[in-house]
Amino acid sequence: MKKINERGYFNPDVLVTTDWVNENIDNKEIRIIESNEDPLLYSTGHIPGAVQIDWTNDLNHQVVRDYIGRDDFEKLMSKNGITNNITVIFYGDKSNWWASYAFWVFQLFGHTKAKLMDGGRLKWEKEGRKLTRDIPHYPETQYKSKPRNDSDYRAYREDVVAHIKHGLPLIDVRSPEEFSGKRLHMPDYPNEGALRGGHIPGAINIPWAKAINPEDGSFLDADQLNELYITENNLNENDELIAYCRIGERSSHSWFVLKYLLGFNNIKNYDGSWTEWGNSVGLPIQK
Amino acid sequence: MIDKLEKIVSFFEKMDNQEKINYLIDYSERFKEVPESIASKPYPKENKVEYCESGVYVWIVINPDRTPKFYFHIENPHGVSAMALCSILDEGLEEAKLNDILNLDTEIVYKIFGHNLSMGKNLGLIGIIQMIQRQVKQLTADS
Repeated sequence: MKKINERGYFNPDVLVTTDWVNENIDNKEIRIIESNEDPLLYSTGHIPGAVQIDWTNDLNHQVVRDYIGRDDFEKLMSKNGITNNITVIFYGDKSNWWASYAFWVFQLFGHTKAKLMDGGRLKWEKEGRKLTRDIPHYPETQYKSKPRNDSDYRAYREDVVAHIKHGLPLIDVRSPEEFSGKRLHMPDYPNEGALRGGHIPGAINIPWAKAINPEDGSFLDADQLNELYITENNLNENDELIAYCRIGERSSHSWFVLKYLLGFNNIKNYDGSWTEWGNSVGLPIQK
Repeated sequence: MIDKLEKIVSFFEKMDNQEKINYLIDYSERFKEVPESIASKPYPKENKVEYCESGVYVWIVINPDRTPKFYFHIENPHGVSAMALCSILDEGLEEAKLNDILNLDTEIVYKIFGHNLSMGKNLGLIGIIQMIQRQVKQLTADS
């Protein structure tokens, strides 16, 4: 496999390999963070030294459909022994869906010292690398967060309404069956509450999984990604672009690819996604 | 409710979160894959639990004393919660009467895992119980 800096990415610094993580397990300037779809998975064994950040319990606000605020983010970071200078390295199951999602939420708070481990948990396991059940304990820190700033990274429903009014591009990263409205949910996945099937008017469908090697979850090289997004789908790195899926996790993955690996400089993630749009009174859909 | 399953469920209800995690992982590690004598790949679609992210398959065999034995396959090697629930159901339903299984309340998913499950996970786990009930229903209707 090619080294990350040989793959032609716009910003190769946001990715690290499993080899690099293995060599840096004791590096005090990083904190390895596991984020999974199944919160039990971390407890069955994780990369030595890794802490767990769970999307439902740690990142989501518990009574508002939103993310935690500045105070709770500071507490979360401090509890996990993370300072403003520590680089966080995310990895997880499902080809890094939830790791990308956590990475994206961290950007709302301006923690830019963040990277993804290419291939996530699947690749680490396939390579037979060490996992442990030992829960690490780090001295509590006094993390100071910037106020949460969604404007550069996050699209709200009203932003999407304005976006389609101006004919700007949207990418729907769900499966073709969800996009067409044939299914209300991903094949073999639950219907998380969408009343209508279809997509946001004007969206194009580029399923998230097209950006990875299916056997180990690692990202494709930049030339393959360019072929997919730019040549085949006529996107341009200067496009004002919004990505969405059903609740924002798969689109965080595509957001990461487009923003960091291909250099799209104006892409946002619509985390309300289909569970909001597909249910909203008065909003049009397309099938 | 079914005695054996009820005991397991009430045991979980009394646990704090960390104990729950430990016991769920313990159950997940006891997960037994369906033997080839019961089913072989490719597994039929009708045995697959709809809407479960972990790709769970369920089979039922009725013992001579009319008690059921359930077998499972889980596609996702990271589907720890599904493995744990299948093991709990395997153990908890082994002496159950078929009619009691039909009346099983899917609320046990909350009692075992707690209320902070994501919607998707909750629906998938409930789907495993519903698949068991569907198979029992079909079997009792056929016999």
